[in-house]
Amino acid sequence: MAEILVKNGYVIDPAQKIDGDVADVAIRDDKIVESVSSGARVIDARGKVVMAGALDVHAHVAGPKVNVGRLFRPEDKLFKSPEAQPNYRVEMGFSVPSTFKTGYDYARMGYAFVMEAAMPPLHSPHVHEEIHDTPIIDQAALPVFANNWFVLEYLKKGEIENSAAYVAWLIRATKGYGIKLVNPGGTEAWGWGLNCLKLDDPVPFFDVTPAEIITGLMKTNEYLGLPHSIHIHQNSLGDPGNYTVTLDSLKLAKGMKAKNKFGRTQVMHSTHLQFHSYGGDSWANFESKAKDVMNYVNQQKNITIDLGCVTLDETTTMTADGPFEHHLNALNHLKWANTDVELETAAGVVPYIYDKDIKVCGIQWAIGLELGLFTKDCMRTFITTDHPNAGPFFRYPRVIKWLMSQKAREATLETFKHRDKVIDATEIHGIDRELTLYEIAQMTRAGPAKALGLAGMYGSLAPGMDANVAVFNLDYKKMPSNPEKIEQAFQRALWFIKSGEIVVKDGEITSHGNKRTLWVNAKVKENPQVVRDIHEKFIKDYTVNLDNYPVRDYLAPNPFVIDVDVEA
Amino acid sequence: MATVTLTPYKTPELFLECTTITPDAFCGKAPQEIAELEVREGKTKLRMGDYFHVEGKAGKTPEETEIQILGDCTRVKYIGFKMTGGAITVNGNADMYVGGWMKGGKIHVTGNVHSFCGIAMEGGEILVDGKAENYVGCAYRGDWRGMRGGTIRIRGSAGNDIGTFMLGGTIIIEKNAFIHVSTHAEGGTIIIKGNVEGRVGGQMVKGDIYVLGEVQYMLPGFQKIEQVEKEVDGAKVKLDHYIGDLGERHPKSKGKEIYANLFVRAT
Ligand SMILES: [Zn+2]
Repeated sequence: MAEILVKNGYVIDPAQKIDGDVADVAIRDDKIVESVSSGARVIDARGKVVMAGALDVHAHVAGPKVNVGRLFRPEDKLFKSPEAQPNYRVEMGFSVPSTFKTGYDYARMGYAFVMEAAMPPLHSPHVHEEIHDTPIIDQAALPVFANNWFVLEYLKKGEIENSAAYVAWLIRATKGYGIKLVNPGGTEAWGWGLNCLKLDDPVPFFDVTPAEIITGLMKTNEYLGLPHSIHIHQNSLGDPGNYTVTLDSLKLAKGMKAKNKFGRTQVMHSTHLQFHSYGGDSWANFESKAKDVMNYVNQQKNITIDLGCVTLDETTTMTADGPFEHHLNALNHLKWANTDVELETAAGVVPYIYDKDIKVCGIQWAIGLELGLFTKDCMRTFITTDHPNAGPFFRYPRVIKWLMSQKAREATLETFKHRDKVIDATEIHGIDRELTLYEIAQMTRAGPAKALGLAGMYGSLAPGMDANVAVFNLDYKKMPSNPEKIEQAFQRALWFIKSGEIVVKDGEITSHGNKRTLWVNAKVKENPQVVRDIHEKFIKDYTVNLDNYPVRDYLAPNPFVIDVDVEA
Repeated sequence: MATVTLTPYKTPELFLECTTITPDAFCGKAPQEIAELEVREGKTKLRMGDYFHVEGKAGKTPEETEIQILGDCTRVKYIGFKMTGGAITVNGNADMYVGGWMKGGKIHVTGNVHSFCGIAMEGGEILVDGKAENYVGCAYRGDWRGMRGGTIRIRGSAGNDIGTFMLGGTIIIEKNAFIHVSTHAEGGTIIIKGNVEGRVGGQMVKGDIYVLGEVQYMLPGFQKIEQVEKEVDGAKVKLDHYIGDLGERHPKSKGKEIYANLFVRAT
């Protein structure tokens, strides 16, 4: 029995409404407990901030498109890979880091859980192998559904029960976690060289619209009562003027009620909202619509969002939004990789440089932060960079710095070549809000845990929770006047205890921990029609045999299975 | 200019990676300190002094420092890596990555060089009296930001993939070259005084290529538009002027479409 006592820190735990109280956190084995014996190992956290392990709701960290990014960007590793270290694995890459660097960097920032945001079902074995290869952090993956032939056919006919039976089967088969939508209908339309840029653009051949797909999958999700809501990357990503499409999609959630036993209250998670809050009708008059979008998000309580902040780095974009990547390649003329995943989805990968001296990049940077600063509910607004699309995940501490310090935002604005034009096209310059540590903890701990239906395990320091505890070099009572210190503190935790094991000390990795893969075992009544449809499509359309399709148990050797029983 | 001499006295079993043989690393140091600079053989970290006798005197700045290597460097990589000024002479052959990512100064190799000579170079001069293998003045694998400035002159022949993704600067090959010249280039000038087998200017958007011998197999994406007379590396020549790569995108400048230029000696 291993006991640890994190003593006398300033505890910040929004789930328990604790804001900076000096308190102890007791750990026995892999759980947080009320108290420990006098023999417990004591970690002195006096004068430091103590938070639960963080959760990332949306990052691309495992799977075929991530690997394509690694393979086709050897230059992403050049002069950017730290040297080998004794006892631990070599870390490689910048925007598409190796699995080891991924696990290490998340742990150094005190992250306990990371959601792989887009799993192509056919390639789910690869996703799980890579997840298994990523040390320390717990992970889950969201299979993509919104361009899947079965789903398109069921939803065209409004067959929610069949859609649910199929979705449940696929989540089980892929050891997935929930329902991801990427450019609903648009990626399938891309197979015809087309796209769906508006919610009523019909998908060729299937003759179903994005609005029907979104609504149908939302109903499917609540029919099944999954821990997470639908998780949507909306249509028309990255296009000037797309905020109207964004608002139209968000409005589809109106009147929908979350039905689940996991404490989740939202019915739609709208991801990387920065890419979807654009005004203007060209790059020339491109402007921020963050305020309009957040005004809606603030009043519509059954949706959650994540920011997708641009970090002004050279990065690699990768998404199941195939047509978007083609479009991006036509803009920047760099490399482009594209793939079609049979009946299910597609993907593209293109490197991208968010240059602080390009006006559009500066505006994008402002939009991401504005979303975070205009929010009235940090429990529904989460910090992401859509890693690596808007920037690498290890820039979260920098995003936190910008959100917490107007001085830091102004300092960055000052470095822009088109500072005044960026100010004209955005609201960032006039915002004096500075988020508190409590609000940051809501956006990175309590909020995402609740939205993922994982509030019983993660995101809090209450007894009974998983023992994920991070200690940061920040004095709650005397926050540094230099915002760089905030970034430094969150970049490298002083201590990070993951599942009861000390994995980081003084910002350095001390253990490979004991990672787990979370997946959802959704059980529905046997549905003979769907069983027949699956068999038929595997015989007729797939290149693989049905028996070879599901993820074998050995590929996810440390499972944590969440049972969802729909029959009841 | 103060001169440091390096005399190789031991042949490495593997290849030595000497990113520290640069005026930048040597300047301001005494020979004993230079002998302590790190070099690598495989994953083993060693001292410069384990393979070279170091003598002479370094200048205060890179510009004031000259390095004379008195012996063969066939198994030494990265000579002049990222150097910003000063001079290096290799009296003999050198292995890969001579002058890689170089920003300024001069490198003279009296023998041959292996591949990746002048990779991603930004400025300065490289002169090779012998021949070069592949990837002269190319981009790093995968990168679209190739050679940006400076001059590379190879007195002998060169292999394939010369000036891939080149953006600026000049490469002169005084004898023949094999295949793939200026692939994906968006600037810069390449002069090949001998013959080239083929694949000249594939996916090239901008920049100039001169072939003073013959191109055995022309790419179909190049179209002859005129015959011109030009001075090329000090000699007047009659040239057929081709534009291309017609299969690539064509950016516009002042309303006019831009093409890459390929000049081949008129027959
Ligand atoms: Zn994403």
